[in-house]
Amino acid sequence: MSSVNPGALPETDTESRPRRQEWPLWEVFIRGQHGLNHRHVGSLHAADAEAAIRNARDVYTRRNEGVSIWVVESRHIAATAPGDKGPLFDPSQSKVYRHPTFFDIPDDVGHM
Amino acid sequence: MYAQMVRSTGKGITPREEMSAQERAFQDRVDRDDRIEPRDWMPEGYRKTLIRQIGQHAHSEIVGQLPEGNWITRAPTLERKTILLAKVQDEAGHGLYLYAAAETPGVSRDEMTEDLLSGRMKYSSIFNYPTLTWADMGAVGWLVDGAAIMNQVPLQRTSYGPYARAMVRICKEESFHQRQGYDIMMKMAQGSPEQRRMAQDALDRFWYPSLMMFGPSDAESVHSAQSMAWKIKINTNDELRQKFVDQTVPQAEYLGLTVPDEHLTWNEERGHYDFSQPDWNEFFDVLKGNGPCNTDRLAARRKAWDEGAWVREGLLAHARKKAARHTAAE
Repeated sequence: MSSVNPGALPETDTESRPRRQEWPLWEVFIRGQHGLNHRHVGSLHAADAEAAIRNARDVYTRRNEGVSIWVVESRHIAATAPGDKGPLFDPSQSKVYRHPTFFDIPDDVGHM
Repeated sequence: MYAQMVRSTGKGITPREEMSAQERAFQDRVDRDDRIEPRDWMPEGYRKTLIRQIGQHAHSEIVGQLPEGNWITRAPTLERKTILLAKVQDEAGHGLYLYAAAETPGVSRDEMTEDLLSGRMKYSSIFNYPTLTWADMGAVGWLVDGAAIMNQVPLQRTSYGPYARAMVRICKEESFHQRQGYDIMMKMAQGSPEQRRMAQDALDRFWYPSLMMFGPSDAESVHSAQSMAWKIKINTNDELRQKFVDQTVPQAEYLGLTVPDEHLTWNEERGHYDFSQPDWNEFFDVLKGNGPCNTDRLAARRKAWDEGAWVREGLLAHARKKAARHTAAE
């Protein structure tokens, strides 16, 4: 299975211009409130992790959206490729017995 | 709109029988409202049109800070000032969400910025008009953000995932912008005769430029036809403009202000207002760079970019030095 960086820009650029020195791209994850998972909310550019967190605070939590921030440089994220969707995820579609609703339990048994 | 006259392939919609198998599969996904994600296969024209449209939209958010930034230090009260600051900060945020979305199909933010500064990429015509009085802050929030919402709400359902998600975030915040604008207009309209005159004057000056935001009629446009087939444009310009007029006229009436259009009448049969078109020659002239503020706006962006260069480079150098020290210590 191939694993590719989602943050890495495709090589096929509109115009082939020289790559310049740009701040790296970071993915931002926010915990909305205690008890919830951090969720991916978007990305931004920053020179380092500290600045990325500061920018994330300004860009993604202006309205009480978070109590905690994670940032990770996009190039460190490994991901499945779109083409892997079938082989990876289709097999679970046929395993309906993994869901509780597959089993008919008589009403007389009560809540289960 | 914030993205006006975005060029697509220019060839119109490719007939289904002329599509490759890949293109057909792509169009099928779009047709059944599947979202396209950055690493999915997409036609080259779709990718390029996305970059143009989202990039132009992002530039508009950033340049859109300038006419309002003009009034931060001149706001009439501390409360109005903090509200306006928050609004302008939101616009920066919207620009960033959109730049991030525009980067995903394969262009970098710095490249987009350079294209804006060189004039290769555009921003909305509306931001080339000056904000002359405090009432203009009201008119901008009410009319300009109101027109933006008209366009952005349907774009939450656009086929490109990152664009749609950026729109969801933006729409949540945009409603604050419009309401704060209308709040300013109410205050002015209920104020002294001079304040009322300022409110009317702001409406007079921003009405037609706001109608221009939707762009000229695109019923016949091959670019729009393709963008609509790809669902990166959801409504025609005329549909959105009509919706905007229908919504805004009663709001102007509530304020006791007069929409500067003598032909404006409710058409019972159509169930819509009939209204005058803006001067499209003026629109094309503004797009060409001849609006009242084009030169100032680009000069301000260029100044910020040039004078910020040492900060961008300095922070990067600092980050590298820190990383090197960290590695050496290990």
